[in-house]
Amino acid sequence: MNKFLEAVKSGKVLLCDGAMGTELQKRNLPSGACPEEYNISHPEIVRSIHKDYFDAGSDIVETNTFGANRARLKLHGYENRVREFCLAAVSLAKSVCPEGKFVAGSVGPTGDLLEPLGNLPEQEAYDIFAEQIKALEEGGADAVYVETMMAVEEAVIAVKAAKENTSLPVVASMTFELGNAGLRTMWGVDIKTSIEKYSEAGADVIGANCGKGFDEMIAIVKEMRPLTQKPIIAQSNAGIPEWIHGISVYTETPEVMSPKAEEILKSGVNIIGGCCGTGPAHIKRIREILDRLADYHI
Amino acid sequence: MTVELLKELSDAVIDGNKDKSVELTNKLLDLGMNAKDILDNGLLPGMEVVGIRFRDNIIFVPQVLISARAMKSSLALLEPLLSKAELKGSGTVIIGTVKGDIHDIGKNIVAMMLRSSGFSVIDLGIDTRAEKFLDAIKKENAEIVGMSALLTTTMGYMKTVIDRIKEENILVKVMVGGAPISKAFADQIGADGYAKNATDAVKLAKSLIGIVTKEETVE
Ligand code: B12
Repeated sequence: MNKFLEAVKSGKVLLCDGAMGTELQKRNLPSGACPEEYNISHPEIVRSIHKDYFDAGSDIVETNTFGANRARLKLHGYENRVREFCLAAVSLAKSVCPEGKFVAGSVGPTGDLLEPLGNLPEQEAYDIFAEQIKALEEGGADAVYVETMMAVEEAVIAVKAAKENTSLPVVASMTFELGNAGLRTMWGVDIKTSIEKYSEAGADVIGANCGKGFDEMIAIVKEMRPLTQKPIIAQSNAGIPEWIHGISVYTETPEVMSPKAEEILKSGVNIIGGCCGTGPAHIKRIREILDRLADYHI
Repeated sequence: MTVELLKELSDAVIDGNKDKSVELTNKLLDLGMNAKDILDNGLLPGMEVVGIRFRDNIIFVPQVLISARAMKSSLALLEPLLSKAELKGSGTVIIGTVKGDIHDIGKNIVAMMLRSSGFSVIDLGIDTRAEKFLDAIKKENAEIVGMSALLTTTMGYMKTVIDRIKEENILVKVMVGGAPISKAFADQIGADGYAKNATDAVKLAKSLIGIVTKEETVE
């Protein structure tokens, strides 16, 4: 079996990293700049973020490639640099990856709407994802993370593109929020549908990322756990940021987050990590909890 | 008979049935109904229901977009028949996502609901700089400018735009929105209004327009 999947299935909870985007912002990524271009122009910054996460206790870090697809890069005029950005991203993460730890290639949405709702043909979406994911494999990623998906059709296309063009294990998550209709994505996809469609498409690990914060993530994991035998991943935001005296502040500090993260762990996740607003301090906290619960098996 | 057809037209918009809404619009025109009445009593009430259902999580983004398409197709038939005054309707709104931000799904829905409520809307798209907002406000003599931001790193730019508007003494009402925006933030930066969702955005725009009239606008 693939080493990554072996580790996931060992029964030990794996710790992923926290956010890349908001960490780049802390290091003065200008508003509106292309984060993935930093893999080329500011490699030392990207590398240091990965290193901070490994030092904090991450078993897995995600590459700085969330938006490194042709459709998203086009907004910056970089549509022909997908492979270059992806190769650089994987190599930066691997350069600080300790023995036995993993580098996962991050794959976010295209940002365009699929036909017939929008103008993006299904085949083109497939090609866009395949191009990115092939480059991530070529660079030497251990797995691919399809994340922050809201439209199930697009999510499934991304998973298929990974499965059909590479031999990488696929971790696939969507972004859910609690509303009058329960936990749903903005597109109205509920947890059950997400699990069914991702399973059909061949995802190896299924879960949720981003969203409104750790409280909702607890609810998501609790709803998800009885519905699937597959390993589950949960990567929450540190709440929704507030604008306090001209700076953006995420409300869930490592202290606030700690008990909630523990509850997520006890609700049966296999991989835990953070999304927007979480940093190395959050990850360090979760590592401490995991060590304390070392005897705790799912 | 026409009352029933109008109701069917509303339903076609709500269901996002484009072919049906086009067919019904043509039928009503053939029956001699005027374009403005079809808009006000068929298309708009349908879109209003869509807005409310979206706000209440009964429907989600895809259904809103499908309804919007049905509404647009019908509107395309009516537009040549509407007078300039009717087209302008309640007033002109300039809308855009601010500089550095490419999130446009919410902004598009707001633009569409404003259009559906009789506003003339000029959409500047994403990543919009202050100059572009100002130029458009002046050129269109707009009553309202709407700014959208989804990132905490870009919401501050709304203040930059508002400051420029004040500097140049442009009389235009400013409304802001987007997931991280709050009423408190809107007040802090000197916006005239904030709305949490597209349905409220329409209400807000209407209340703002009650205050400004074209004559007051100076350039
Ligand atoms: C879809 C999405 C994307 C898509 C955007 C596609 C597109 N074409 O718009 C993609 C994948 C491209 C994307 C990219 C990014 N995203 Co994003 N994204 C989202 C997501 C999941 C949904 C946004 C959305 O469309 N909502 C649906 C619409 C209908 O709701 P809405 O926008 O709030 O609009 C309603 C109201 O706010 C209001 N409204 C909106 N505009 C206006 C304007 C006026 C005048 C008024 C009155 C009202 C009003 O009415 C609307 C309709 O009811 C949110 C999470 C969330 N749930 O909000 C994150 C989110 C906004 N993204 C986030 C981030 C961090 C990013 C990235 C930086 C990620 C990255 N590392 O690259 C990039 C930024 C790129 C950039 N420079 O802008 C964060 C922002 C955190 C923060 N507050 O700073 C969020 C909040 C996720 C999170 N929970 O942390 N994203």
